[in-house]
Order: sequence, then structure tokens, then C-alpha cells
Amino acid sequence: MIYEGKKKIWAEYQKEIPEDHYFYVRSCIRQSFFPASEATFLDITRNKLGKDIFETEHHTTCGGIAYHSDTIPQETVMTIIARQFALMHKYGYENYVCSCITSFGLYCETMETWREFPELQQKIAENLWKTCHLEFAKPKFLVHASDLVFKYRMQIAAKSKFKLVNKNTGEPLRVVEHIGCHYSKMFPSKGVGGAEYPYVLVGMIEAWGGQIVDYPERRHCCGFGFRQYLIKSNRGYSLSNTHKKFESMEPFKPDMIITNCPGCPYFLDRWQYVIAETEGKTYGENGHGIPVFTYEEVAGLVMGYDPWDLGLQTHQVSVEPLLDKIGIPYDPAKKYLGKNGKYLGEPQKPQCLK
Amino acid sequence: MGKLYDRLMKDYRLREGLNACINCGTCTAICPAAEFYRYDPRRIVDIVQHQDDEQIEELLKSNTIWYCGECMSCVTRCPRRNAAGLVIMALRNLAIETGLFMESEKGRQMYLLCKDLNHNVLNYGYCVYPRLFGYKEHQEAGLVWEWVHDNIDDVFDRLGANLDKDGPGAMRKIPQKDLDELKRIYDITGATERLEHVRQAGLKKAEELGLTEEEYCQKLYTECSPKHFNH
Ligand code: SF4
Ligand code: SF4
Repeated sequence: MIYEGKKKIWAEYQKEIPEDHYFYVRSCIRQSFFPASEATFLDITRNKLGKDIFETEHHTTCGGIAYHSDTIPQETVMTIIARQFALMHKYGYENYVCSCITSFGLYCETMETWREFPELQQKIAENLWKTCHLEFAKPKFLVHASDLVFKYRMQIAAKSKFKLVNKNTGEPLRVVEHIGCHYSKMFPSKGVGGAEYPYVLVGMIEAWGGQIVDYPERRHCCGFGFRQYLIKSNRGYSLSNTHKKFESMEPFKPDMIITNCPGCPYFLDRWQYVIAETEGKTYGENGHGIPVFTYEEVAGLVMGYDPWDLGLQTHQVSVEPLLDKIGIPYDPAKKYLGKNGKYLGEPQKPQCLK
Repeated sequence: MGKLYDRLMKDYRLREGLNACINCGTCTAICPAAEFYRYDPRRIVDIVQHQDDEQIEELLKSNTIWYCGECMSCVTRCPRRNAAGLVIMALRNLAIETGLFMESEKGRQMYLLCKDLNHNVLNYGYCVYPRLFGYKEHQEAGLVWEWVHDNIDDVFDRLGANLDKDGPGAMRKIPQKDLDELKRIYDITGATERLEHVRQAGLKKAEELGLTEEEYCQKLYTECSPKHFNH
């Protein structure tokens, strides 16, 4: 009954996501910590599904982290955003796809503020012309890269080699989804499924054979908090929020976590390591953590990509127990190799976290 | 109506983020910062809506306005569509403009944030630049990050990135012409001026304390009074 009710709520928040022809904009954090995820997104959409996803080297940061750390004025970030939109227009696109939730939220907010205050939009257009000689334009459709993977989830399922299923028991894996606050908490109608029952990752998990874990702190922030992580003396804020989530999900025994935002997988992965090393507490089975993935990594896994091509060796929580559960093959000897088989040494092993 | 309140009302974030607050406290109940710090977004929204300049000035000088994580969780649940997070952003902006950010420990951290983040934006075109995200300052990034960082060119190459190279791709070198455009945007929209204002205030403080810039940065990065916390 409750589930049916939720389905109804999701149905009210179905945003329109065009099928093809997008201008692609990268994420500072995803590029820095999960570069293979962006490569995988482009490989799946362009090469496996034949979509037109265009990228130019001339785009930059949206300035979102500098802005949400309060270091630059709103007018600055809005003009940087206007420059990104203008590049889209210059290259002949009207659909804009970004790889970052902070950017996505900021784009939504900016467009809303421009709509409400046309004189501000006019000023930003003038700034843009003065500084970059670019013509002001706005996207017809604005989506996050996960919206596209959601849109293509059945096509991905049709090409899949693996399902999110425990190969020994035949049971669906228990998957925690973490959305990232700025996806839809400010503008619920801009996200698939809204803010209370976001469907963007749930749709992928269901399509790929997994089972959703509902737990009390499901919508709680990962704890990035911008300045609250960037400055060492504030970092307890970030850690304690992740800790709260893990304590809340632990009784439900999740097999894995799938994330929407580029920052969240970093925090949910690394703070598990810190909790293990400082408190001796681990949340997975047999001294392991709960492995945390980007949605691109999960799409790649079900499609049969090599886990080391997906960059899973750069996670601190080891992914092997999950790969074994699904039955995904991997070569341990190749885990830490560079390009062309160059041996790069190995990371030191944590003392507590397996 | 007070002068500080008038200045706040010029901020689009306040105009968007403040409707009549009914003091229900839902924002505080949902707020991740309120659980960790001595922080109550309900109270902040209430002070601002009362337009009392004296209390607003106290806020601008306090640590309180720097506790928020700008997650915007409060926005979804507020029955009046207020955005405590946006009200905070407007207050922080005014604290910086008036120089009152220098009166609190958390406010003074702006020196470091301004310096590091905008160095990345203006020199590389990214808010985060992995070569400057060192393991020493970020041991929580894990032993795996130490390995990535020690082998950064090889690992990024292996993972299909284009670190510091021409053309598109992850962490590519962004052309100088584009970085020049970012700089011009900073110049005419007030960012350059703000960064200089924060820098000068910090350097003055360092001098007062008899610290070199490096020692001052270290102090900002690590100093933490126990009075911030909820328990
Ligand atoms: S939730 Fe909204 S109405 Fe309630 S106290 Fe907070 S800002 Fe005021
Ligand atoms: S935006 Fe700030 S005030 Fe609102 S819930 Fe997040 S931390 Fe709390």
C-alpha cells in the first residue's frame, strides 16, 4: 500500500528528459576523484547507445564550491554559469547535461532567480558580453548526467551482462541510494521523483535487479558542507553526518551504496575508513566496509566493464566482496597497474578496514 | 527598519529565501548543522525577519552564521517556503562586506577558503585540482589517495583522464584564453575586490598576532574552540 502511494508521488515529479543531443559539462570533484566515471558515462552514452554528447575543452568549473564556501559573490557565479550556457549555444546545442549535483542545483537556482528578477538576468547578460563577448542563452532542457542514465536504464539493462543479484542465493542485492542534497531539495520539481521520494537512482536499481533499502536517515546529508569539510578544524561536522547515516543503515545490512552526487561517494567511502581506523568499527561483513559507487560505476559493472577500468581500485573500501557476490570476474594482479601494464606499487593497507 | 537589514534586502538570496517565518522550528529539526553545532536556523530567520539591526550585527560578528553547511535540507521542509540556507548566505555575504567576519573564529577561516579555492579556479579553471589536494593535508582521503597522488599522472592516464593535457577530457588543461575570461568575470563582478578585501583583513590580523602568513594559515586550518559544539 505504502509502496503504491510512493509510486503515485513519483509520478507527479516526472521531468522531461530529451532522448539525445546534449552539451556535456564536467564536475570538479568527479574529475578529481572518479575520472573513470565520467569516461564511462561518455563511453556508454556515445559508443554503446549511440547518443550525441558533445564536450568542449573551453568549459570550466561552474564555481559552485567557491560560491557555496561564500568566497565569491552571487553575481560572479551567475556570470560563470552564463558563460557555460553561452558555450552550449555557441556550439549549437539546447540541451545541457552536467556531471555535478552542486552545479545542477546552482543552475536550477540561477535560472529561477533570473526568471523572478529579469533585471538581474539583463545585468548578467551584459557582464557576459563585456567579459567574454558571448551571446546570452539559456538551456531549453537542463539535466544531471544521472537523469540520462535513468532515462537509458532499460537500454542499459537490455545490454547487461550482470544483475544486482547475489549469485549464490539468487536474492536481489540490498542497495542503499544516496541522492545528494542539491539535486532536488531546493527545487523538487527539477529532479526525477522530487525531494522526498527521488526516483532517479531507485529506477536504476530496480531496472538492474537490485532491491532498495529504506532506512531512517536515508535523506540525511553526507556532511560535505563545503567549508565544513575544506577546513580541517570543521571536518568533524562532515564525519559525524556520515557516521549518523551508517549507524542508521547498519541494521538493514546493505550490500552496496549507489550515489548521485560526485562528493557523496568520496565522503561515504573515506569516512568509513576513518571510522574504522579510529574507532575500530566497520559496517560491512567480516571487517569490510559497505562499498560505495557512483551511478556510472554501477552501470559499467552491470554492462560488464572491467572493474579496474571503472577506477574501483581508487576506492578505499574494497569492492571485491561485492564483485564476488555478483560473480563479476576481475584480476587481482591487475588492480594497481597503470597504462600498458606498468606496475605502480600498491597503496599501504589500512590497519582495521579490510 | 535598520541599515543592515536594508543592505540584506538588496541580496537576491534574501528576497527569495525569506517569507513570513512562523517559528515552527522544522528547519532546526532537519538541519545537520543544528545537531552538531550550537546552531538554530529558526532563530536566525526570526532575527532577520524582525529587522532588528542590533541583533543582526551580533549575528554578523558571531560564529553562528558560519555553522551552516548550505545543504538546503531546510528548504524542502519549511511550511512557508523559507530558505534558511539562503538567508545564511546573505548574512555571510554582508559579514564579509562589513568586515565583521573578522570578529569570529569561524568567520576568519574565510581567508583560507578564499585563497585556496580561487587559486584553483583562476589558475586551473577548477574548484578542486587534484595535484594540490595533498595526502598530508587530507589524510582522511585514505591510503589509496596517497597512492593515487604519488602516481597521479599514471593513475589518471590509466583511468581515461586527460590531466593537464590539451583537448577535452577529465582534468584537462583549460586554455589560457578561457582562464583570462574567468579573471575578467572576477574583476567586473566584485570577486577580485572581495578576495583582496579578505586577504588584507587576514594579513593585518596575522601581523597583529605576530605570525607569518604561513603560521596564520596553519592556525586558521586547525584552531577549534570547544564552545562550538552541541555536546
Ligand atoms: S521551517 Fe520555515 S517557518 Fe519554520 S522556523 Fe524554519 S524558516 Fe521558520
Ligand atoms: S542549509 Fe544550513 S540551515 Fe539549512 S539545513 Fe542545511 S545546514 Fe541547516
